[in-house]
Amino acid sequence: MSTPQPPMPQAAAPNWQAAPGPSYPTYTSPIPVVRTHLGHALASEWTKIRSVRSTMWTLGVFVLLVVGIGLGAAALVSANASSEGLAGENPLSFGFFGLLLGSMCIMTLGVLTTASEYGTGMIRTTMTACPSRGRVLTAKAIVFTTVAFVVTLVSALLVAFADVAMLDGAKEPSGEEWLKGTVGISLYIALLGLLSLVIGSIIRHSAGAITIMIGVLLAPLVIALFMFSESLADLRDALFEYSIPNQLSVFYANSLSESGPSGWDPLWIMLGVTAAAFAGAYALLEQRDV
Amino acid sequence: MIELEGLTKRYGEKVAVNNLTFTVRPGIVTGFLGPNGAGKSTTMRMMLGLDRPTAGDVRIDGKHYDRLKDPLKYIGALLDAKAMHGGRSAYNHLLCLAQSNGIAKKRVHEVLDTVGLTAVARKKAKGFSLGMGQRLGIAGALLGDPRILMFDEPVNGLDPEGIHWIRNLMKSLAAQGRTVFVSSHLMSEMALTAEHLVVIGQGRLLADTTMADFIARNSRSYVRIRTPQRERLLDVLYGAGITVVQTGSGTLEVDGGKPEHIGELAAQHQIVLHELSPQQASLEEAFMRLTAESVEYHAHSDAPPEEQAWGNDWRRS
Repeated sequence: MSTPQPPMPQAAAPNWQAAPGPSYPTYTSPIPVVRTHLGHALASEWTKIRSVRSTMWTLGVFVLLVVGIGLGAAALVSANASSEGLAGENPLSFGFFGLLLGSMCIMTLGVLTTASEYGTGMIRTTMTACPSRGRVLTAKAIVFTTVAFVVTLVSALLVAFADVAMLDGAKEPSGEEWLKGTVGISLYIALLGLLSLVIGSIIRHSAGAITIMIGVLLAPLVIALFMFSESLADLRDALFEYSIPNQLSVFYANSLSESGPSGWDPLWIMLGVTAAAFAGAYALLEQRDV
Repeated sequence: MIELEGLTKRYGEKVAVNNLTFTVRPGIVTGFLGPNGAGKSTTMRMMLGLDRPTAGDVRIDGKHYDRLKDPLKYIGALLDAKAMHGGRSAYNHLLCLAQSNGIAKKRVHEVLDTVGLTAVARKKAKGFSLGMGQRLGIAGALLGDPRILMFDEPVNGLDPEGIHWIRNLMKSLAAQGRTVFVSSHLMSEMALTAEHLVVIGQGRLLADTTMADFIARNSRSYVRIRTPQRERLLDVLYGAGITVVQTGSGTLEVDGGKPEHIGELAAQHQIVLHELSPQQASLEEAFMRLTAESVEYHAHSDAPPEEQAWGNDWRRS
């Protein structure tokens, strides 16, 4: 309490409003003043994400779905298919089913990371502690995307190794197939989660944002399934090709059609969409009242 | 010090806060008073940079809130007890706040101790009573050991012991030279804690004065008299140049009169008095009168155009 206050910029500033009467006693805290930066916000968001049960639940169910369905699919295939039937098949591709279902958990966690703060009122405390709103959103995005990527990658790797070991007849995946089927698809799902986080920040309502994201995930594919008319063929094909499940499948070089995205395209598409949504959410956050 | 300059917030047509200008000074408790819906919380949210003002300016120690690099060390705020994630433990709630401002972990334990929540630090905030939630909110406000503290309706829903604790806390914080700004809709509560008073109604500033001054100006003191010899006493008081108000219940009231003086006059003229008592209108009444005027004025200014429009329509049809 006896330490002199470090010089504050406002001391030099002109008197903005006439100071009333004599100077008043001012309290000086012994706690040192720190210039906060993104690192502080990251530490704070890391504490937040690890200290609520919904994180453990969504990620637990995710791992269960990815590993359970991935191993189950491989077991089913190896029990039913002859060695010749599997020839030329990419064994990693049987991880697809678990990851498709599991991505809903990642999307839910992404939405909750932002929207639940609005639901509980925590956002007012957060923004009071860190008035730089963009910094809060950035920190959330970095922490969540890292968590989502690491958890997805570990699960996908686990399933990939098991599938390769279980399916003797299938071909040995190439280096690029390994990279796309593990790192690539994990990045894609982490970005899908980040998009959900951004939508959660825009919608500010957990149930609403989750519904929107499930719609984004499934609606194009389901709607396209029922486009029987020839005149809608082009639209139907586009919906099939760019639907999220098909984009996921592209990472295993499987696609519903010959045209449409291939190779690493889905990752660039998702990166573009997420970046645009992030910029929108950032601008809205600066503008709106908390 | 918090300085407001022409602060205004409009939601569409509705003006929630209307051109507020006042200063919250250090070293004292400043009460921020107004009926429900007067714009107190909106004003406080604008002070904290949560809501963007439509017009005007608010500065914390000369700076805009969002320019503060470690805001928790400048200003600690309790907005409402529910501004936290119920699934997070008290400790983790405070920890994530501390980390965002680069405050050491040991400070979290200190504030938990200050507010008396050490025993339940690992329990989820969801299971907390209103009083415990309020204490946790206050722990968050104290985390950065700030020079300015802001509490929005801190005694709402608290038991007498909790109210007592908060009152003493606010006084001791102010005594350390901190700026304490506390909102309430209860005048009686403010009379016990605040030295300075800012009153708003309908978003407009109604009073910005010291508590003592507000009491002196707004609480009407008078002497109440009952006597079987009304007419004689009236004559005597009239003769002495004292104005008397006759109330419906047969008692007499003398505004600002001294009971000693009136008693002596009555004794000189051998008038029997059944009651001679100094009275003071309560601060609550004074506050209600002050804010009721703003409500009345507002309704009055709106009414005539509406009536005219209706009449015109009726004549034409």
